[in-house]
Amino acid sequence: MTNYLQLSNITKTYGHFTALDDVSLSVEKGEFVTFLGPSGSGKTTTLMIIAGFEKASGGKVEVGGQSISELAPHERNIGIVFQNYALFPHKTAVENVYFPLQMRGVSRSQGLRQAEDMLSLVGLKGFGHRHPKELSGGQQQRVALARALVFEPSLLLLDEPLGALDKNLREQMQIEIKRIQRSLGVTTIFVTHDQSEAMSMSDRIVVFEKGRIEQVAAPLDIYHRPQTSFVAAFIGESNLIPAIITSGAVRTAENPTLGAFQYAGEDALADGQKVTLLIRPEHIKLSRNPIEGRKNARMIVETIVNYGDNALVIGRAGDIPMRVRVLGADVVIIREGEECCISWAPDAVFVITK
Amino acid sequence: MGISLSKLTEKTNIWPWLLLAPLGIYMLIFFVVPLAEVAIMSFTEPKVSLANYQKVLTGALYQRVFLNTFVTAAFVTLCCLLVGYPLAYLMAHSKPRTAMLILLLVTMSFWTSFLVRTYSWMVLLGNNGPLIALLQMIGVDKPPQLLFTRFSSTLAMVHILAPYMIMNIYSVMKKIDPALIRSAESLGAKGWSLFRHVYLPLTAPGIANGSVLVFVICLGFYVTPVLLGSPREQMVAGLIGHQIEEFLAFGLGSAMAMILLVVTLIILTIYHRRFGLDKLWG
Repeated sequence: MTNYLQLSNITKTYGHFTALDDVSLSVEKGEFVTFLGPSGSGKTTTLMIIAGFEKASGGKVEVGGQSISELAPHERNIGIVFQNYALFPHKTAVENVYFPLQMRGVSRSQGLRQAEDMLSLVGLKGFGHRHPKELSGGQQQRVALARALVFEPSLLLLDEPLGALDKNLREQMQIEIKRIQRSLGVTTIFVTHDQSEAMSMSDRIVVFEKGRIEQVAAPLDIYHRPQTSFVAAFIGESNLIPAIITSGAVRTAENPTLGAFQYAGEDALADGQKVTLLIRPEHIKLSRNPIEGRKNARMIVETIVNYGDNALVIGRAGDIPMRVRVLGADVVIIREGEECCISWAPDAVFVITK
Repeated sequence: MGISLSKLTEKTNIWPWLLLAPLGIYMLIFFVVPLAEVAIMSFTEPKVSLANYQKVLTGALYQRVFLNTFVTAAFVTLCCLLVGYPLAYLMAHSKPRTAMLILLLVTMSFWTSFLVRTYSWMVLLGNNGPLIALLQMIGVDKPPQLLFTRFSSTLAMVHILAPYMIMNIYSVMKKIDPALIRSAESLGAKGWSLFRHVYLPLTAPGIANGSVLVFVICLGFYVTPVLLGSPREQMVAGLIGHQIEEFLAFGLGSAMAMILLVVTLIILTIYHRRFGLDKLWG
């Protein structure tokens, strides 16, 4: 395992406010890592420290074993795509892409040729002569990407680049960015607050909250094995049930309302420990009568939200709010206000200790 | 259906025009009519002919005054730009306190009557003024004539017109997206190359606005050049005043005024084609 980008104990304070608190992270060469978190969680601050626009109050940033903490932004050789693309309005698309080469002393004829090649790679062949305002949002996005990549940067940073695009275009650009990133093998940091974007694009996700890293893991690990209740609640939909371990040895826990539980994973928890149990809505089954071999509970249905192919059933099991995701065809068996049975298997229950 | 609807809206939309009427009538009586009279006089005084125009366009004195006017206006514009650009930059990018202070100084100077500012320069530059006294104190035996020279009138015009330049450039600088500068830095630009390739082009509209405004105002500037300038280096407005007040040559003065007006309109038209007049005031 070769660490290409290394953040060591980065802190950032503004007066008494701590924006980043001891953030450390290793990223491998060629990896696509997403910083995910709510606004104000420190993900953008971390990105700006890597780019050199913000100075860390403490800690070190290294790329390829070299510290870049003391370098000015223009010396870092890092490509950045900004939220609003930040294309130069007075330059054409191809001139925008040529700009970083121009700054590196590449001759105009050769630089423009390279810029045209890069525009072709991002799917904008023949659009080079247009000014940014003559391009659509998605096209501007591609120009910004080409400009950030044409000088073979050591890192590519993307700061919520898809936020301004509509849903269809956003999905298209997700695939496009991933394709280009893979074909060039450039190490990429992607910042977003959109979890589906993080899920679909990343090799690994870094979840930020209140200036700290909550968890670093592959997308499916983050989803199925969140280490903190914050991550469990932030990523996907979740039912979080407070419980106390009754027997770590046979993996049972108890909730005052729902009674005894079997859970999976996590060995050897101390008896009496307070934990949170996570059950994803799609792992809960809805039925008229209890099902043998599963943990069963009664739920009053409060709201049914239909999405066509599936439906979200929101209700209450005693005093505990529950969300159940069912296939569209199954929803016909219940109505709002009715009582029904919900059940889940022991391996659908994941224990969160933090 | 579509036609009747548009007719309906046309009818109901009479109110804006009614509200505009007082101003329109005022402008008609006090601006359009006198201007038309000047235009007519230029062709009819003292008799109906093109003689006035012929005299102005071919006479050596008039040619020299027009040339002098354009050169002076261009030079004042350039000086305003050289003084105004760095000041506007400081206003747009300093810490809030410093920026406020500069903004306050510029606007205070702008709001002071230009007559007052012109007289202030007379006091400052006069033979008994502080500047001459200072020169004598540091041992200049025969201090140069400062007042009533090209120097004094240019200096005062730059002072009076610089705020137009500064405010125009400032408003453009203030609107520059900081992400553009950051993005230029991240792409490897710094210092002079950042300024030349990114910052300067982004502020170009402000430079164009400010320059056109200063140049056009300067072309017709009357009070300051007349009060502070050298009598031998008149500008057009001063000469027009001269012709009318001293020689009662209404036709000749009117012809010069019309030529000045046409030149100004040509400049504004070119500007409008290129940038749009609506942007002139920032």
